[in-house]
Order: sequence, then C-alpha cells, then structure tokens
Amino acid sequence: MAPLLFYLLSALVLGTALLVVTSKNAVNSAMFFLISLLGTAGLFVLLDAFLLAAVLVLVYAGAVVALFLFIIMLLGMKGGERPPLSHFAVLASVVAAAILGVGVLSFVKHGQITASIADAAVPATGAVLKSYSAQLFTTYLLPVQVVGFLLLIAMLGVIVLSKRFEGMEESK
Amino acid sequence: MAIIPVDRRPLSFAERTYLPQIISGLSTTWKRLVAPKETLEYPEQRPEIPANYRGVPTLVKDPHGREKCVSCQLCEFVCPPKAIRITPGDIPADSENAHVEKAPKEFEIDMLRCIFCGLCQEVCPEEAIWLQKQYSMTGYTRAEMVNDKQRLYELGGTLPDDHFKWDRKKEAEEAAAQGGHH
Amino acid sequence: MDLSIYFNLPLWLRLAIQGAAVIAVLFPIAAACSMAERKISAWIQGRPGPNRTVPPFLAGIPIIVPILQNLGLFQLAADGGKFVFKEDPIPGHVNKLYFVLAPILSMIPALTTISVVPFGAYFDKAGELVPIILANVDVGLLAVFAVASLGVYAIILAGWASNSKYPFLGAVRASAQLISYELSMTLSVLPVFLWVNVPGGMGTLSLFDVVQSQSQPGLWGGMWYVFLMPVSAFVFLVALFAETNRLPFDMAECEADLVGGFHTEYGAFKWSLFFVAEYCHMIVGSAVFVLLFLGGWNPLPWIPLSMVSDWLSLGDNPVLLGALATVLFIGKVLFFIFFFMWVRWTLPRFRYDQVMKIGWQKLLPLSIGNLVFYAVVIALLERF
Repeated sequence: MAPLLFYLLSALVLGTALLVVTSKNAVNSAMFFLISLLGTAGLFVLLDAFLLAAVLVLVYAGAVVALFLFIIMLLGMKGGERPPLSHFAVLASVVAAAILGVGVLSFVKHGQITASIADAAVPATGAVLKSYSAQLFTTYLLPVQVVGFLLLIAMLGVIVLSKRFEGMEESK
Repeated sequence: MAIIPVDRRPLSFAERTYLPQIISGLSTTWKRLVAPKETLEYPEQRPEIPANYRGVPTLVKDPHGREKCVSCQLCEFVCPPKAIRITPGDIPADSENAHVEKAPKEFEIDMLRCIFCGLCQEVCPEEAIWLQKQYSMTGYTRAEMVNDKQRLYELGGTLPDDHFKWDRKKEAEEAAAQGGHH
Repeated sequence: MDLSIYFNLPLWLRLAIQGAAVIAVLFPIAAACSMAERKISAWIQGRPGPNRTVPPFLAGIPIIVPILQNLGLFQLAADGGKFVFKEDPIPGHVNKLYFVLAPILSMIPALTTISVVPFGAYFDKAGELVPIILANVDVGLLAVFAVASLGVYAIILAGWASNSKYPFLGAVRASAQLISYELSMTLSVLPVFLWVNVPGGMGTLSLFDVVQSQSQPGLWGGMWYVFLMPVSAFVFLVALFAETNRLPFDMAECEADLVGGFHTEYGAFKWSLFFVAEYCHMIVGSAVFVLLFLGGWNPLPWIPLSMVSDWLSLGDNPVLLGALATVLFIGKVLFFIFFFMWVRWTLPRFRYDQVMKIGWQKLLPLSIGNLVFYAVVIALLERF
C-alpha cells in the first residue's frame, strides 16, 4: 500500500509542479501549486512526519498560496491570463533547477545523514514532536538561527520597500 | 441660535475594548430572548379592528331589510379606479318597496381595482355603501375577487338607520293625497 | 452488548463506517444550525420564527408533531428539499470550473477537520481512558488549524470565479481577514500547550491530552483552562469568530455593503453548501474551544468524567460511558453554537479597517504578550 501511495503522490507532486510552470492561467498555476503542496504533505505523512505535513499545509498551503491568489486578484489580470515567460526567465529557471538538482544529488551521494541515524529511528525523529524539537534546539540550532535571521532580513526588506519614508526624504 | 460645541469625551480604556458594551448588549438580547413573543399568530388570532376602520366597501340594508342602494350610480361615477359597476333596475310594482325609486339589478365591486379610498361611501346620498371592518380579501381567480351584489350584502349586513327616508316620503305623499294639499 | 461482529470487520471498512457515522451526525447538526439561527434571531426580535410548515400526512399526530412544527424542523426539511430541486443557475460571466469547484472545496476542510477532534471518552478493559476520535494523531490541533486554513480557498475561488465586483471584494476581504486572525489564534493556544507539556512528559499537541490535563485531581489539575488562561481563551474566541466569518467579523458577506459577498452569484444547492460548511467550521471551532478551555467532556470543573463514572458505576460499560461523554461534549458545543448566534443577533458589524486594526494592533500584541507572560510564569514555577 505504502509504495503505491508513494508513487501516486510523487507523480501527483511532480505533475502538478510541471503544470504550475506551464499553465497559461495564473490562477490555475496557483491551484496546481496548492495541489503539489498537499501532495508533498501526503509524502511527509507517509514518512510519519505528521508535524512537517501539518506545518507545510498550515503555512504554505494555508497562507502562502492564498497570498499568491490574493496578489493575482489584486493585480487585476483579465481572467488570470499571464504573459508568456521571457527567454531570460526560462534560462534563469533552468540554471536554478540544475543547481538544485546538483545539490540534491550531491546530498544523496555524499550526505552523512544515512550514517548517523539508523533507519528505524528516522520516522521516530520526525513523528514525535519532542524529539523533533529537541533536534531543532540542539543539533540544528545554527541552521535554524541562520534561517530565522534570513527571514528577519527579508522582513525588514519588505518593510523598507513597501513603506514610504516621507518625512525622511524631505530632510535630506 | 448659538453654536454649542459638544465636548467629545475620549473613550475610556474599558470602552475601547468594546467588552462592557458587548456584555450589556448580550444581556439586553437575552432579556428579549426569554421575553414573551409579540407576534400575533394571524389566522388563529385576529387583530382588534377599530370602529372607524375603512376596509372593504360593502352594501348595507336598513333595519327593515330593504336594500338602501337606489342605483343612482354616483359611486360608480366618483370611483377613481373605476372598480364599481352598477346595472340599474326597476323595483317590481307589487313589491312592498315599490315606493322606492330604483334598485340595482347588478352591483359589482372589483376588489382587484379598489383602492379603499372611501369616496363611494362619502358620495352616497343613501348611506348605502360603507367601508367596514373586513380587511382581507383573497381568492384563487380574478373572478373570485369581484364582489357581486349578493356577496356585498353578505359582507355589509344591516346598519342602524333612523332616517327611513323613503318610508317618510311615502307617508308624506299619502298624507298629501288624503289632505289634497301639498 | 455483543460488538464482536463489528470488530471483526476489516479495518478500512470500520474506519469508513466511523467516518460516515461522524459525518452523518455533523452534517445534520450543521444543517439544523441554519434553522437554529432563524429561530434564535426570531426569539431575540420577539418573533416566534418559522412554525407553520408541517407535512399534511403528519398533521394529525398530537404532541410530538406540533412540537417539531413549532421548532421549524419540517421547514428545515422543506428548505433542504427546495435547495436540491431548485434550478441552479450558473451566470454566463463566471469561470465555470472554479465556480463549481468552490462550494465543493468549502465542504472538504469543513468535514475533514472533525477527524482529529475527540468528542468523547470511555474506559477500556485495562481501566485507561480512551478517546472517541477518528484519528488520534499527535499533532491534533495543528492538523485542525492546517486543514481549516484551507477553507479560505473556497471563498477566494468563489469570489474570483464569480467575476463580478461584490463577490470579488468579499473574497479579498475574507482572505485578508482569515490570514490575519490565524496568527492570533495559533499564538493564543500556545500557553495551553506550554502548560500541558510538563518537562519530562511526552510532548504533544493532541487535543485528547489537553482534556486529560484538565481532568486531574486537585485544585490545579481539575481547573479548566478558561480560568487559568482567560486571556488565551478570549483571544482564541475572538479569532474563532473572525475565522468562521461570523458577526461581528463577517466581512466576507457584509450584506449591507457587498450584497452577499463572495456568494452573491450563487444559488440553490451550491449556496447551501457554503452555509453548511460555515456551520461545520463553527461546530469544529466550538469543539476545539470546548476541548482546550472548557474541559471537553468533563461535566463541571473539578468534577472529571472518571468521577461521574464512579458515581454511576459506568466504568465497565464503555458504550454507556462513551455515550454520556459524547452527549456532555455535544451539549457544550451546542451551547457555543448558541453563543455564536446570540452574539450575531446582538452586535453590529465592525468596519473593515476596524477588523484589520483589531487583528493586527490589538489581538496579535495581546496574544504575544500573553504567550511571553505564561512562558515566564511556567519557567518560574518549574524553577521553584
């Protein structure tokens, strides 16, 4: 049952991910993205990583894609039609995908995760909240802090970009 | 008229949380919730109709059971929406009401047209047409909504009348005929 | 009672039966809520509400039928029948796929969230309390939040696919509101789980464990969290009103300025699906509130279910005890449904800018401050 579900969900994730890129309609893209995320959450559930699945659905499917749709609607695209991709965008995304592919491949080939954790312990680490959070606060503390710092910078950037500093510009 | 500046007091902290107002509002609605209902259960309970209510126009008879309408057609003439249709007719000579000038053969009020203005009642020289307490007219067909003479008298009934105009006229005529002097 | 026939069925069949049974209870309650709303609004306004409809073949039966008639239950059935058989127009200017998809999408999260909500408990043979729940997962509450947050797509898609002004504005408002209040809602329940997850314990987000921690003996153990954390309960309740689009936060519908909001272009069965979904959200939201702050199926604070089962000696009768617990729980949930309606017919609607201001400038700082306060208090309690 589980392998079959794995293949079905993987096919769903990959297929919809492809449709996100290729579909002509921005709303369709967003909805395919949503389905893709839900499929990914399903894959996490197959790995007993319920927490990750729930967080993925809560944050990405629940809020991020909703914001995408929100923006698509506010941009007032007629019927959601979007302009075709530019050559530069195609080139950039192919390069980015290639880099990502190389990264994943090198992680699979040379990563140390298989050596340190026994197979039986993998689901337990993801499934039990306590061990999961313990890992976050001990082994992976530095990555978590780095990611948090990155998000803080991004947030500041958004504030700077979106807020007009009227008084400050006049004083210059 | 002087301009009176109204002092706008800033809201207190409690008011800015909305909570005291919400709680008092909830208590008000709770009181309404448990209070007895004010709705009149219509077909079973009927509203109290005041005596001077002007409902459906009806024809009335005098206390002797004589139909008062003499089909003068003034109401038909005055009716703004032209809801009244009268076919005048004679009273047979052997009737005890033969002394009355005329009587309607047909008297129809189309309640789909009637606007309950009461002009017919006002104009009637015989006080034969009255807007009474009946307020609800329903029917499944258009024909049902036209009140014919029989139905109008059913709705109207008898109203007290101390004039007895035609009886007095008859008495006066008989007295004149006997005395030979008029 | 011999239940072995049932337990000999294959697991998937049992799960399907259980799921269908839960939906068979949830869906009629959600539908009945629409009648309850009409009756409560009527009573608050001094009217009797719908009390006339009765099928002719039942009209002669005394006592029971007049009571049902007065409660408007036949009216409810008539309305339901009308929704099924009514012509279901699809306006020419809409995006057909998403227009049809939106009401269906609204039902999916509404009916899915109930699967991780426990609604009762009983003692098994070993004397341990077992929850009555479809899927007793560790991430319970997070799963409810995650799936419930998908409800926003129904509104966005309905508004967008309708391709006209008012539904669109309703959808934009609703999505902004839902995303804003999700934050305060999630933050407001964190203190509860800080309190539940004592050091050395299992570490859980399960709603069943929250109820368990409110049914312990002693002054602190038996205390419902609404007394222990009133601010959390308050923030959660307000956010719940906003998340379920109920007055005073019904920005999505807003009859006065948006005609009907996101469902302006909908009619017949699709429209009714939106409403059943809204009531399902209300029921699940109330259930979560009852579990988190009002002791779940425990009848009174400091009087847990186990004490009642000792008094009535129901400990070895799982069916009766489970039924009692479920009835207690559903009773509390129904009270909350009533509270939702009571508030709806009391308060006027907030303006949109007020909604945003309350969400971001009042509720969110309040819930963050509340979280920090309880974190410090719990840390100090652990230290001393």
